[in-house]
Amino acid sequence: MSTNLINASLKELSTALAEKKVSSVELASLFLDRIEKFNPAINAFVTVDRAKTLAQAAEADARRAGGEIGPLLGVPLAHKDIFCTEGWLTTCGSKMLNNFVSPYDATVVTKLKQAGMVTLGKVNMDEFAMGSSNETSHYGPVKNPWDTNRVPGGSSGGSAASIAARLAPAVTGTDTGGSIRQPASLCGLTGLKPTYGVVSRYGMIAFASSLDQAGPMAKSAEDCALLLNAMAGFDERDSTSLQRETEDYARDLNKPLTGLRIGLPTEFFGPGMDDDVRAAVEAALDQYRKLGATTVEISLPNSGLSVPAYYVIAPAEASSNLSRFDGVRYGHRAAEYTDLNDMYAKSRAQGFGAEVKRRILIGTYVLSHGYYDAYYLKAQKIRRLIANDFAEAFKVCDVIAGPASPSVAFKFGEKSADPVQMYLSDIYTISTNLAGLPGMSLPCGFGKDEMPVGLQLIGNWFGEAKMLNAAHQYQQATDWHLRMPADLA
Amino acid sequence: MSLNLEEIGRIAKLARLELSPAEAENTLTQLNNIFGFIEQLQAVNTDGIEPMAHAVDVVQRLRPDAVTESDRRAAFQAVAPETEAGLYLVPKVIE
Repeated sequence: MSTNLINASLKELSTALAEKKVSSVELASLFLDRIEKFNPAINAFVTVDRAKTLAQAAEADARRAGGEIGPLLGVPLAHKDIFCTEGWLTTCGSKMLNNFVSPYDATVVTKLKQAGMVTLGKVNMDEFAMGSSNETSHYGPVKNPWDTNRVPGGSSGGSAASIAARLAPAVTGTDTGGSIRQPASLCGLTGLKPTYGVVSRYGMIAFASSLDQAGPMAKSAEDCALLLNAMAGFDERDSTSLQRETEDYARDLNKPLTGLRIGLPTEFFGPGMDDDVRAAVEAALDQYRKLGATTVEISLPNSGLSVPAYYVIAPAEASSNLSRFDGVRYGHRAAEYTDLNDMYAKSRAQGFGAEVKRRILIGTYVLSHGYYDAYYLKAQKIRRLIANDFAEAFKVCDVIAGPASPSVAFKFGEKSADPVQMYLSDIYTISTNLAGLPGMSLPCGFGKDEMPVGLQLIGNWFGEAKMLNAAHQYQQATDWHLRMPADLA
Repeated sequence: MSLNLEEIGRIAKLARLELSPAEAENTLTQLNNIFGFIEQLQAVNTDGIEPMAHAVDVVQRLRPDAVTESDRRAAFQAVAPETEAGLYLVPKVIE
C-alpha cells in the first residue's frame, strides 16, 4: 500500500482519501517517516515540524468528515523556503534569514491551505534563488536522489529532490531564469513555470521581480495542472498579478495531439547540447510525431543573447530588492559596528553568501550613474528582441520543444568555481522568463550514467492548458515520469 | 571594459556591503569575467527598439484610498533585531 501511495498521482491520492482508504494524517505520517529516513542523505528539507503538519492533516480530515470535498483536500505538499509561511522558519536558503519566522503567509501558501493541502515542511534552495546547482544554500547543498555525488539543479533543488526521492507528492517552486525547469530536468520530474502574472508573487521573497514566477513541481503534468488550478488567480496584493477569467488548466489534458504543431528552434539544437541529451530529446520528438503532432523548424535568432541580457537585468532587480535586508526590521544584524552605515555593511556582509554578493555588486554597477544606458537599458532592448522572436515563432507553431538543460546533472564542484559556466547551465530556459512565457520540463529518458533528461516545452502567452495537454499525452504513452531511484523505495 | 579595485570598493560602498581585501580581489576577477561575457550585448543593433521593462504589458492598478490592513505591528516587530515602544532601534544617526 505505502509503495503505491508514494508513487500515486495526486488524483489517486485524492480518491484514496475520498474512499477512506487512507486518512490525511496517515498520508502525512507516511511522508514524514520517509523524510526522517532519507532526508539526512538528500538534504532536501531544511525545516520539518511533525506536530504542525499532523495538526494540519487532522484539520483536513475534519474538513472532509464535515462533508467538504476537493481535489487536493488532505494531500500533503512541501514549500520552497522562499515562500513566507506563517509560524514557520522561512530562510530563503540564506544566513540572512536564519532566524526569520514569517508573521504571514504568501498568497500561494494561503491558496493551497484553502484547497486543504497539508504542509510537510520547507525545502532547501540556492540562496535567494541565485544558483543552478543548490551549492549556494547556506544550509548545505541538496543531493541529487539519482546520484548523491551530483547536483539536483537549482534554484528549486530541494523541491526537485523531494519529488524525485518521493519525500513529498507535490511541491512549490519558483522560476526566475529556469529554477523550476532545470532542477526538474536534472532530477527527472515534471515542473511548470506559468506565464508571468498568473500566480501571485505576494509573500514570495523577491529576487528579480519582472521575472519571478511561482509554479508547481510534481511527478506528472496532470498533477501540475491540478496544483496550478489551486495556485493561480488574481491577487490585489501583487501589483503585477493579472486580472483574468479563472481557467481550468486540466481542461485539455485528454485532447488528442493530432494536428499539434511543435516548433523546434534551430538555436536549441546546436552544438551546445550533449549527445545523450540530444538522443533523449529526439526520441521524445519521434514519440510526439507518433501521437499525431507535426514538427516545424523555427528560429529564435536572439536567444543566444538571453543569458548575458539576463545577467544584467536580474542582478539589477536583485540589487534593488535585496536592499531591504539591512539588519533593521528582520534578518541578521551584526553584533558589532561603529555607526549606521557600518551596521548595514557588516550585517549584509555576514548575512549574504558569495553568489548573492556577486549579483548585488553586478546589479549595483549596471544601475550606477554613467552605466545605466550602456547596460540596463541595452539589456531591456535586447529583452524586447527576444520576446519578439517568440511572438513571430508562435505564428507557425502551438508549442515549442527542446532540451531543458544542455547536460544531465553535473557533479558537485564541477561548475562552482566559474560563475559564467554555471550561468550557462540555464541557456535554454532563460529566454522564456525574459519573454514572460510559460514553460515546463518533463522527463523524457535517461542519459549518461543513467541520469534523467528533461524535455522542455514552451507555451504561448497563457498557453498553459495546451502545454499541459501536450505533456500529459506524452506521459500517457511513456513511463519516464513514473521512474524513481531504486535505492529509495 | 575592465574594472579595477578602486571601482569594486566604490560599488561595494554603494551596495552597503563590506568586502575584505581578499574578497575584493576575488570579486574583481569574477566581475571582469562576467562583464567580459556580458560585453557581447554591445555589438547588437538596438536602434529604435523600445526597452522592455516588464514581462507583460499592464498598467498599474489604482485602488480606493481606504484602510484595508489590520494593525499587526507586534507580530511584525517580533522578528526585528531590536525594537522599543513600537519603534525599530538603529545606531544614533543625528548627534
